[in-house]
Amino acid sequence: MVVRIAVSDTAAVRADIPSARGAALSIHDVSHCFELEGRPLSVLERLSLRLEPGEFVAILGPSGCGKSTLLRLVAGLDIPATGRLSMNGKAIDGPDASRIIVFQDPTLYPWRTVWSNVALGLEARGVLRSHRERVDDVLRLVGLEGFATAYPRQLSGGMSQRAALARALVNDPKLLILDEPLGQLDSLTRIAMQEELVSLWQRAGFTALLVTHDVEEAVFLASRIIVLSERPARITAEVANARPYPRHRGDPHLTELRREIMGHLGLAESW
Amino acid sequence: MAIGSATNQVGRPSMTTLGGHQRSTRRPWMLGTPAAAWIGIGLLTALWPDQPATDWDYTGELAAAFGALGAVLACAALADHWVACPPRIYRVAPWMLALALLLGVWETVTAKLGLLPMPFFPPPQALLEVVVDDRARLAEGVLASLRLLAAGYFLGAAFGFVVGVAMGWSRAVGYWIHPILRLVGPLPATAWLPLAFFVFPSSYSASTFLIALATGFPVTVLTWSGVASVSKAYYDVARTLGADRSFLILKVTVPAAMPHVFVGLFMGLGNSFAILVVAEMLGVKAGLGWYLQWAQGWAAYANMYAALLIMALIFSGLITLLFRLRDRLLAWQKGLVRW
Repeated sequence: MVVRIAVSDTAAVRADIPSARGAALSIHDVSHCFELEGRPLSVLERLSLRLEPGEFVAILGPSGCGKSTLLRLVAGLDIPATGRLSMNGKAIDGPDASRIIVFQDPTLYPWRTVWSNVALGLEARGVLRSHRERVDDVLRLVGLEGFATAYPRQLSGGMSQRAALARALVNDPKLLILDEPLGQLDSLTRIAMQEELVSLWQRAGFTALLVTHDVEEAVFLASRIIVLSERPARITAEVANARPYPRHRGDPHLTELRREIMGHLGLAESW
Repeated sequence: MAIGSATNQVGRPSMTTLGGHQRSTRRPWMLGTPAAAWIGIGLLTALWPDQPATDWDYTGELAAAFGALGAVLACAALADHWVACPPRIYRVAPWMLALALLLGVWETVTAKLGLLPMPFFPPPQALLEVVVDDRARLAEGVLASLRLLAAGYFLGAAFGFVVGVAMGWSRAVGYWIHPILRLVGPLPATAWLPLAFFVFPSSYSASTFLIALATGFPVTVLTWSGVASVSKAYYDVARTLGADRSFLILKVTVPAAMPHVFVGLFMGLGNSFAILVVAEMLGVKAGLGWYLQWAQGWAAYANMYAALLIMALIFSGLITLLFRLRDRLLAWQKGLVRW
């Protein structure tokens, strides 16, 4: 059962969305299950979703509903039991550097300096030699240029997550997959990082797919918000958010959207 | 010395140990006392005649050596008024004092008073005599031992490392190697000794094999467990960034497993020392182990003590070397055990 609300004019939504280098993502009829104590546990059930180039889509849903599984499928780290995923019309059958996932945990390599961590993707694809200045550029972009030679243990949580973001952005991804990337940060760092994320997205023009627990974050960042059900995850609501960027947290429209989404999550009473 | 005094009177920065529980300040007597002690035992050795029944050739040289060390310490104590000595000297100063007292007691109860039975307890000058007079044979022994140890250790470490990584990476390799490792690994390499000396063409190649075996087992097991404990998230990150298999192994698995590998290398080094000495005592006709055996045959106890001392210094030095290498390679880690 899919409830569509506020399906506004798509063109209007896209007016202030950069679409230059973003990829289109298509998730078609995807189901996935895990083996748990010998019994199959269905986590995704016939889920379909389409992302337009340059869109910023947020996925909200109850804990353990299979959001992270969906992102791993999109990243190509796992292959779905049934259904098809494709990016720009090309089937997703494995990880690819044009489609990069940023995890909740920054997962920086402790034995590498910040610079080498960021350079990882370029090094893995053998293009580091010709793209060294890109690493410096991206470090400057996320404000870590002074920490190039530091080791991850010397960074704060927010700085680590920014380094992880830089490690993704250095590859110039067409699709950035964000698995609760700000979930472990304190609320002040988190707010600052949300704003940085928006400005990075606006500048770089990638398509973004964000999973989050935070309704306010989803409403502040995304141009479309998808609400998932309990496991096995299905889409229960889809909310378009046409407010122009940069947005303001005090915007009454966003507050109204928040209330509406809380309702879809079954938390209307707490509002 | 009050713990609370933050700076000393001389005004030099005071030293604080890592734990922060002990504060050592620099005072002239801290170097002066060991200096006096060394000069003291030098005088004791020189002026107090040896037991009449014995005739030690190197009593004078030993006294001179004691005195020289004392003089060096005294110079350091005096020089510290003008140029600051490295803090290391202050750290070893209490040990220098203890060592001087120990040598003084040793010299007194052996050469001077003859309280301990000879030839089992030779005086320090007898060891000096061995080191000087028998230096050619000792040097030859040291070289032979190091050569054998290096061959076996590097062979075993390299083999163990490769097998450990392969076991961690490949299910098939793990399936076939694991049972063999479980069965054969716990067997002490010394148990292979009779067989190895019989099967191999020379006792040298047999010993190389045994040292490699003794080194290889811990290195394999620790490397394997290191590879197995690498966080899956590290692989996800590299894969999503476009890494291929060889990049995952060389740039993710190996560096992430390195702390475990070094534990294996350390354990393997200890094992290899044991096998080296046993192999040299039983089959190889060279090296410090063989020298020990030979000295025992002649009841040359001073030679045995000298060889043991040299052996201890070399083995300790090798472990220090390994730990230095680890500190360099694993500088990204914090709170490492210090050797």
